[in-house]
Amino acid sequence: MTQDSLPGRTTLLSRVFLALAFIGILVSLALIFLWVPDERQQGAVYRIFFFHVPAGLLSFAAFAVVFVASIAYLWKNNRAWDMVAHSAAELGVVFATLSLTTGSIWARPIWGVWWTWDPRLTTMLILWLIYVGYLMLRAYGADDTRVSRFASVVGIIGFVDVPIVFFSIHWWRTQHPQPVLAPGGNFGLTPEMTVTFLIALAALAFLSAHLLLERLALRRMSADVKEIRQALSAEEGA
Amino acid sequence: MKDYFAGIMAVLWKDVLSELRTKDILLSVFVFALLSLVIFSFALRTDRATVAIIAPGVLWAAFSFSGVLALNRAFATEREKGSLEGLVITPVPRDVIYFGKMLGVLLFMLAAEIMLLPVFVVLFNVALDVPRLLLIIFLATLGFASVGTVFSAIAVNTRSREIMLPVLFLPVVVPVIISAVEASARVMTGDPWDSLTVWLQVLVAFDVIFVVVSSLVFEYVLEE
Amino acid sequence: MADSGPSAVEARRLSKDFDGHRALRGVDLRVLEGESLAIFGPNGSGKTTLIKILATLVRPTSGSVSVAGFSLPQDALDVRRRIGVVTHQNYLYDELTCYENLTFYGRMYRVQGLPDRIRAVIAQVGLEARLNDRVRTLSNGMQRRLAIARAVLHNPSVLLLDEPEVGLDEQAVNLLEDLLSRLNDGRRTVIMTTHNLERGLRMSDRVAVLVNGRIAYQETRAALDMARLRGIYAQLAGARV
Repeated sequence: MTQDSLPGRTTLLSRVFLALAFIGILVSLALIFLWVPDERQQGAVYRIFFFHVPAGLLSFAAFAVVFVASIAYLWKNNRAWDMVAHSAAELGVVFATLSLTTGSIWARPIWGVWWTWDPRLTTMLILWLIYVGYLMLRAYGADDTRVSRFASVVGIIGFVDVPIVFFSIHWWRTQHPQPVLAPGGNFGLTPEMTVTFLIALAALAFLSAHLLLERLALRRMSADVKEIRQALSAEEGA
Repeated sequence: MKDYFAGIMAVLWKDVLSELRTKDILLSVFVFALLSLVIFSFALRTDRATVAIIAPGVLWAAFSFSGVLALNRAFATEREKGSLEGLVITPVPRDVIYFGKMLGVLLFMLAAEIMLLPVFVVLFNVALDVPRLLLIIFLATLGFASVGTVFSAIAVNTRSREIMLPVLFLPVVVPVIISAVEASARVMTGDPWDSLTVWLQVLVAFDVIFVVVSSLVFEYVLEE
Repeated sequence: MADSGPSAVEARRLSKDFDGHRALRGVDLRVLEGESLAIFGPNGSGKTTLIKILATLVRPTSGSVSVAGFSLPQDALDVRRRIGVVTHQNYLYDELTCYENLTFYGRMYRVQGLPDRIRAVIAQVGLEARLNDRVRTLSNGMQRRLAIARAVLHNPSVLLLDEPEVGLDEQAVNLLEDLLSRLNDGRRTVIMTTHNLERGLRMSDRVAVLVNGRIAYQETRAALDMARLRGIYAQLAGARV
């Protein structure tokens, strides 16, 4: 996969993903508000879980893509992989932000606090910090041709850190018990909930795919413009 | 193999010699950590009941922030004189450069932290089981140095390097900080060895994983 | 000088692309062992990039290049053993003495009989009196000479210099030129980039002019067409200003 193989425009595939996402989100919203029953302990409030958990999962998946793309870039030295890594990182941060804010909104009515040091939520916070750092590096180092390599290194180290972060926070929490904010812990999923969850997950997954493709297309166009500009100014100088 | 270690020792010797002449890192780390401890003493309630609870956290907060300072200086001299290129062109494997720099930073951070311990004991009135605490300090500082060396080499090549280093470094070493604080707290309250093992395991795991990963990726930071 | 014999440097269609900016566009170059080459070119022509590629500091984007018989970038380690590099940055440590700086590099290059070798190169560059002084206390000219000592310490077969006269005053430059001509002994290959046409011609067997990432003119000094060379150079200097 070379840079030139990345399309510099919106493709049919991308449009299909958008359409599927659109339908999926509409359907999910309908199911969430009209179909699934209240949860035994949490009442109506828990419904935010249908977007909270998928957002977290997709953010994690995006960072996994950053990891793989970073390794591929360092190995093959192909800018296409670098563009994938950068775009996936942006996507990951967006979904991590969503996960954190929905998590906070969920915690408030249930536990009366805006934040719980729940291992999953806290790991998400650390991930958010790591990848915001990644994006800052990209922003601050934008003039440097080495920034892609630096960012790849950060992308690799950051992802390898994730399991260690998770376990250390998990054990830390067992010393200092805090409210648990996750399904499977203190609430069971009825079949309706499972179906709705999967539909919401699929919808957001399609949305991610669409956004990733669009972001890649934008990057490709940007790179082309830059190249043309440089070629023009070189000709003028010669 | 002998050549490999000789290369690492050469880089280490060079850094130690420079540092002994300027005392740059030692002084900045020591003074900054000292200031942090003092500020924390004022900022947090330190009556007898609470001091035992907050002391380990304060110690590691001070070490973490001053650690960032030490790492900032690790590649500063190379950057100023372009000597990083001078290292790159030497006929040594890239991880020789990594280990040489990393051991240097580790040494300086450890030296400053050890100098700080008596001050900590005095200010916070804690009793210390020194050997166990030293083990924790060594393992945690190794964790700092392992990824810190890579991030320092990256940050030194970026605009706004003073902010880039802590932004990259601190989130990644959260497991080290958590483990160091938990283990230190148990040492300070005289808990049995068993209660420490899980935290020591996290530290050792972090150290092993990240020394290996860092030594592998470091060459990509040096290339152009 | 015969146009045959082992090559110290060979580049074929060498190109380097920095994120869209094409610094080198297909450079073909051949330098024989023992030759000295002067590369001229205006700022932005790619001189520094070319030297950096030969110095293993930068990877080529395409084309092939070999130094001292080894290909880059695969055999970078072998190349590094055999080259000495002097650029604007001296690669010296301010707080260490000359002796300590050379000891450090001597160890990194696995130089045998280091103390004697250090004394030999220090004498060659005329800095015996300052051997135990910290580099911080040396003038720019002296630091550059120490950098050359550093570069030849391990007896490299290829010496690469990127505008070594930059940042030095007149007197220092003359000392430098003197030193370089002594180093240019016919056994060692010397490649130097420079702005100064006269000086470059004095010290080289072969010249090349780099313009916009390509070699615009390349010839041995014997076969040199001075008028043509001056013409190209004046044209470039004029256009660039």
